Formats: sequence, structure tokens, C-alpha cells
Amino acid sequence: MTDQTPTPRLAAGERMWALTFRRFLKHRLAVVSAGVLAALALAALAAPVIEALTSANAATVDLFNRFQPPSVAHPLGTDELGRDTLVRLLYGGQVSLLVGLTAAIASAFIGTTIGLLAGYYGGRLDAFLMRFTDGVIALPLLPLLIVLAALDLGKLGLPDALVTSENVSLYRIVAIVALVGWTAVARLVRGTALSLRERPFVSAAEAQGATAFRIMTVHILPNLASPIIVATTLSVGNVILLESVLSFLGLGIQPPIPSWGNLLTNAQELIWDVPSLAFYPGVLIFITVIAFNFLGDGLQDALDPRAKERLG
Amino acid sequence: MARFLFHRLWQSALVIWLMSFVVYSLIGLMPGDPVDLMITSDPNVTAEDAAHLRELYGLGRPIVERYGNWLGASLTGNFGYSRLHAQPVMEVIEPALGNTVTLVGLSLLLALLIGLPAGIAAAVRPYSKTDYTINILAFAGISVPPFWLALMLIIVFAVLLGVLPAGGSGALGVGGIWDNTQYLVLPVVSLTIASVGGHTRYMRAAMIETLRQDYIRTARATGAGEARVVFGHALRNALIPVVTIIALDFGYLFSGALITETIFAWPGMGRLIYDAIMGNDFNLALVALLMATLLTLLGNFLADVAYVWLDPRISFHEVER
Repeated sequence: MTDQTPTPRLAAGERMWALTFRRFLKHRLAVVSAGVLAALALAALAAPVIEALTSANAATVDLFNRFQPPSVAHPLGTDELGRDTLVRLLYGGQVSLLVGLTAAIASAFIGTTIGLLAGYYGGRLDAFLMRFTDGVIALPLLPLLIVLAALDLGKLGLPDALVTSENVSLYRIVAIVALVGWTAVARLVRGTALSLRERPFVSAAEAQGATAFRIMTVHILPNLASPIIVATTLSVGNVILLESVLSFLGLGIQPPIPSWGNLLTNAQELIWDVPSLAFYPGVLIFITVIAFNFLGDGLQDALDPRAKERLG
Repeated sequence: MARFLFHRLWQSALVIWLMSFVVYSLIGLMPGDPVDLMITSDPNVTAEDAAHLRELYGLGRPIVERYGNWLGASLTGNFGYSRLHAQPVMEVIEPALGNTVTLVGLSLLLALLIGLPAGIAAAVRPYSKTDYTINILAFAGISVPPFWLALMLIIVFAVLLGVLPAGGSGALGVGGIWDNTQYLVLPVVSLTIASVGGHTRYMRAAMIETLRQDYIRTARATGAGEARVVFGHALRNALIPVVTIIALDFGYLFSGALITETIFAWPGMGRLIYDAIMGNDFNLALVALLMATLLTLLGNFLADVAYVWLDPRISFHEVER
């Protein structure tokens, strides 16, 4: 990371990114994970294509073909309503990945804002914001999330069009996760911002009369990019886990929208008869989450090699 | 020390108080209200009666006033009745609390017994095959969806092998020890797997960091054996951050217990909270949630105390800030 504000030093910048990229390639698990995630995302996006090609259908109920074993027409068989398991898994993947990415980015945004304010201004604001962060960390997360997920949105005074819309469970879960998921990033950003603001380049900007907003966004924020990227990548996995847990408990994504979590809810009831239905969604969650964790680990090696030296 | 304790108690009381108001307000926003619930099962109730009941229970009054009433009654030890259990709230919570402590305590113990040695083994030879294997296993433990793991355990041990019960808690006082403990096996195993990965990684990171210190090099230079260096010199210092994180993880374990308890029908706090929220048992949900917060705060408090106890260089004064 260069400490200066973006000056056109392309050659040095390119060299830095090449170096970063080479360091990333050394972390073999991370490279494999990146490939696996890309493949999963592509497959999920290709769900409509696969649906068209195999004439398997994710939505049509076909009670004559319930619980079919794997076959050419249905590579992973069919579920309790005769819907194709594979295509439903892929559609579920679209939702789970989308929710994971959106909520992780939203909470990174909240965390960065709070951390920057606390770290740059310091003093009372810092004390207040950090006490608040500690308070949120101290809460029993899952029980509280369940309360939030069970709220009647109509009583919250939200417009009817939103409350009754089919996608409301999507928005709700992103909002809930973002509301509680920002604490780690906030602490990280605050710590780094606290030391950055003492550096000469910040004093120089202040002396030139830059506004606080400009200093935070133009001068301090670019230097925080690496830790934020690493923390966000690592949190995508957590968010996907959280979404799947809430959906599994019937409080997250609501059917008919499939997600890996709510696919498991149905499967639990059928566990004695068709255990395989419970197997696939969990495996996909597991692979996705572990891949995001390895990817975050690899990005940390590449972007922030000193952190690794400190931690081993 | 006394000042620190006082400060922390005051802070915790503040958090609990704020939390009680927030949860009280949130519960007001949940679907349905108590009077609706009372009259759904009774067709003879007229709209007039309902209005009268609402008046009687003060449901039309502002939320701050209702909260004030609840708080006043709670402070005198009156937490009201549970709707689902038809018992005073505290009588429902007590046995559940015991069950959760058993489950969480056993899992924590097991996770530490596995995680700490594994972390040390990985740290002693960083980037070796052992380290690599332990790391992958730890990552796997962190990444596995806990409820899915529970389902898989049920499939293997209850459905396919039929050696363990899929859920429940057994009748107390009936049968031998195994009749009751067999219900604990799968929940404890699944909760342990969910937390052991984190412990392993913390321990590994802390041990590697400690083994880089100068005093360790000095110890090696004096000819101390590897075992003596690791266990005699490094361990105590490496444990400091680990103990803190473990105590802070208390809330996390509690959340994990909610999933495990719900799936295995283990009658603990997590399942109680879940059922209370789903069943519109407002009194019970509120008090149980506050109890969970209290437990988490207690964990944080223990973390601070352990921190100072393990590392005499840090005074309670510093922790306060």
C-alpha cells in the first residue's frame, strides 16, 4: 500500500499488484477455492439454461414422480413434490450467494463508517461508538436474530407494497445480518484509522485545509482496503451460515424462493425416508463457506503479509 | 479490584436494562397480541369483551408506560406467567438453564481438550504436514453448518445404525445412567465440532506468536528441551489471548446451543427461547432472552478477570479503559 494519495505511478502500482497476485498464487487452497466458488456461481447462474436443456423443472409439481432416484433426466433425483433436486439446488445457490455477498458488503459498509468516525475523531465519539460496539458484541446473537426475524413488518410502519412483496424475506435477512454483522470490521477499521491519523500524510492534508470527510475517504480509506477486503471475504462465509440457519428455522428466506437453508427444512421432515435430500444442500453450504474462508486466508497472505508474520 | 468489579457490574446492569427495553419494544412488534391469542380459542367472546380485556391489560397505553409497569413488577421478582407452559416464568426457565449449562459445559470441555493440544501440535511445527492437516480440519469444523452436521449425525447414528436416539432427553430417574446420558451424546458431539475449530486456530496463532519471542530463544539457548520450552515457558503466555477469546465465545456457544437444542429436542434455554418466540409466549421470551444476555455478559466478565489473573503485567485499571 502506498501512503501517498493516488499519484500516477503506474509502474510501481503494477509491480505491487503483480507481487500481490504471485503471493496469492502460492496459497494453493485459496486458488482452488477461488476456482470452486467461480464454478459454483456459474452453475447457479446457469440454472435456467440447465432447466431448459434437461427439461427438468424447478417449480412444476409432479406428484407421479416424487422421490425419484438419480437418473439422466434428474441427475440428483426429485424431491417430495417431484421437483428436480439439482435445479432447485442451483436456484437456491443463486439466493444464498446473493444474500451472502450483499449482506457481507452492507455490514462492511456500516462497520467501515463507524470505525472511520471513531478512529478519526477519537475522544468521546470514539469512546461512545466503541462501547456501543462492545455492547452489540456482548448480545446473544442468534436468539436476538430470531426475534428480529419474527417481527411483523406491517407494525413497523413500512409500506404495504414492500411488506407483501414476494422478496421481502430477502431484504429482511440482508438488513438483519447487516445490523449485527458490522462489529468486527468496525473494530478493525477503528484500530488502523487511529494510527493512520497520526501519520504525516494526514497532517499534510489537514494543513492544506482538506475537510474531515475528504481526509477520511480519500486519504485514510484507501490504506484500509486490504484489511477490509480480507474481513469482508471471511464474513461472506459466516453470513451464508447465518442465512442458512435462519432459513432452516423458518425465519429467513421463505418458500417458494429456494435457499440452501430452507431446502434443508423440508429435508429434515423426510430424514427417515429420504436422507439424501438433506445431504446435498448442506454439502453445498459447507463447500461454499470453507472456500470463502480459505479465500480470505489466501487474500490475507497476499494483501497483508505482515499480518501473517505476526500470526504465523 | 473492587473499583473494577463495581464498574463492570454497573456497565452490565446498564446493558441489561437497555436490552430489556429494546426486547420489550421488539416483542410489541411481533405478530398478534395477547388478547387475540386469548380469544381465538373461545368463540363466545364478543368484540366488546376483547376491547374490555385490552383495556384491562392496558394494551392501549403507550409502550413506555407498559414497559415501566413490567419493570416495576420484575424488580419485585414477579416475571409473570408463561402462556405455553401455564407456569410462572422462572419455574420454566430454571430446569432449562440447568440443561443448557450441562450441554454447553460438556461441549466446551471436550472442545478445549481436543482444540488446545491440536493447536499446540500445529504451532510447534508450522507449515508441516501435521500443521496443514490440523488447519484443514479446523477450517472444516468452522465451516460446517451446525444444523446440517446435526442432521447428518442423526442420519448415521439414529437412522442407519440405530444406536443412539435422534432427540429428546429421557425421563428423569428412570433406568440406568446410560438411559439418560445417551440423549446427550449427539448434541454434545455436534456442538463440540462446531466450536473446536475456532479454539484450535486461536491456540495455534497464539502459540506461534509466543514461540517467536526473545525469551523463548533464550530458553532454547540454555539448552532446555522442546517440551520444556513449549509447556514450561511458552504455554502460560500463549494461553492469555486464548482464554479471553474462549470466554468471549460464550455468547457464540449459547447461539450454537440454540440450533443444537432445537434439532435434538433438548429442553434447554435455546429451544425454550425459540419455542417462546414462535408460540407468542411474550413473558417467557422476554425473560429468557434477558437471561441469555446475562450469561453472555457473565462470560465477558470472566474473560476480563482471567486476563488479569493470567497476565500480572496487566492491571484491572487498563482493562477498564
